[in-house]
Amino acid sequence: MSARMFSGFLGARLPAFARHSLRPLALVFFFLALSFRSSLAQESPYFVTYDHYLEEPGNLEVEYFSTFGTQRVGNDFHAFWLEFEYGATAWWTSELYLDGQTTFGDSTVFTGFRLENRFRLLQREHFINPVLYVEYEQISDADKILKEVEGHDVEADFAEPNSSLRAAHSHELELKLLLSSTFKGWNVAVNPIATKNLLPSEPWEFGYALGISHPLALKASPKHCAFCRENFIAGVEMYGGLGDVQSPGLHDTSHYIAPAIAWNLPSDWTLRLSSGFGLNDNSHRFLLRWGVSREFSGFRDLVRNWFGGRS
Amino acid sequence: MKWFANLLRYHRPLWMLGIGCLLCCASTGLAQKDKSAESTESPLYGPLAQAPRKARARTNPFEGNAQEAEAGGKLFEQHCVECHGTKAGGTKHGPSLLQENVQQATPGAVFWVITNGVVRRGMPVWSKLPEEQRWQIVTFVKSLTAHPVGSTENH
Repeated sequence: MSARMFSGFLGARLPAFARHSLRPLALVFFFLALSFRSSLAQESPYFVTYDHYLEEPGNLEVEYFSTFGTQRVGNDFHAFWLEFEYGATAWWTSELYLDGQTTFGDSTVFTGFRLENRFRLLQREHFINPVLYVEYEQISDADKILKEVEGHDVEADFAEPNSSLRAAHSHELELKLLLSSTFKGWNVAVNPIATKNLLPSEPWEFGYALGISHPLALKASPKHCAFCRENFIAGVEMYGGLGDVQSPGLHDTSHYIAPAIAWNLPSDWTLRLSSGFGLNDNSHRFLLRWGVSREFSGFRDLVRNWFGGRS
Repeated sequence: MKWFANLLRYHRPLWMLGIGCLLCCASTGLAQKDKSAESTESPLYGPLAQAPRKARARTNPFEGNAQEAEAGGKLFEQHCVECHGTKAGGTKHGPSLLQENVQQATPGAVFWVITNGVVRRGMPVWSKLPEEQRWQIVTFVKSLTAHPVGSTENH
């Protein structure tokens, strides 16, 4: 089956906005699936929170995530992002995000990109493992993926039409300290967030993300199976804003709680699902998130071979 | 590019911090490169000896259990073959696990290396696998036949 047939098949049964977002995704996944060998990922169910585990060196993980959000004033939206996560070394992972969104009854827009790096600070495992997260974002105000909530982000920010929101661009530096601990199968992760719009007039903004997760079974079964309990990891995450330097605190901030589950398939794919609920009047009432990802082993070796280098 | 001009003009500490971070990363990367060059002469199995005494003394709860070894084989196939090879004989990315150094190490030492990885040499930490699954992998590795030092299958 050719790539064109594959993407045509995928797009034929979908509305226009989904075709726009899924067709490139289908092509990327299709070509990568043809080119690389794969390995089973052991992904956490988190969408917002990060644990301390980095991508394996030389591997590439391609991920597609979607967020459907309700909006009390204004139209509901479907935001999506494509993520390329590359393990540069065992202590450094680099990522590129491409963001977009469709606001129902309005339009579909590309909203920007993000470059993210995560650095493991300690060589060995400890009770609490710190990872430094540094991200540069070049996004418009129309960005609705809610990958993190910080400062005084509230639902009303999303009520404007795309035409006015996308006119405002921001360049932001985002820093997180990812603290994570795993004990008896339980992972607990805490991420304090500090964000700075690079315009001098904009203050530092703060936020948080917390997560806890556990696999449904601790032991692996000897047989290869898609529905074995060890392939499922369930968890809950909570995230929200903490104000900014000029007015820190919980006033005019939004907060969410979101049960989530990840299904690590033996066929090298991971599916994730999460339903988020707003915890106050400033939050979206409901966020439905889903994601699909695939890890490609030996990406670095293959690229070296393409360019005639030593692998 | 107004934002960039503003960045340079008003955020000197911020961009100096950025440059500092970049230099730090670059120097760490260079140091890493030097160490990997050095490591071709040093034993690949050094991390097993670095396991603390308490970790080395831990016993494998699944020792000799064929079913757990089989489950460990499945996990090995999913997570380890990329670097250690399909028959655990080693590849350019990871050493052979059939060598006496591994086969004669205590199960606790092997478990400790799986848990902590060898981050400087490119082996990630595997504590994201539950403890039971890491012991299953140890059971599988220990069920393999030892080869004398210097011989590997996949090299």
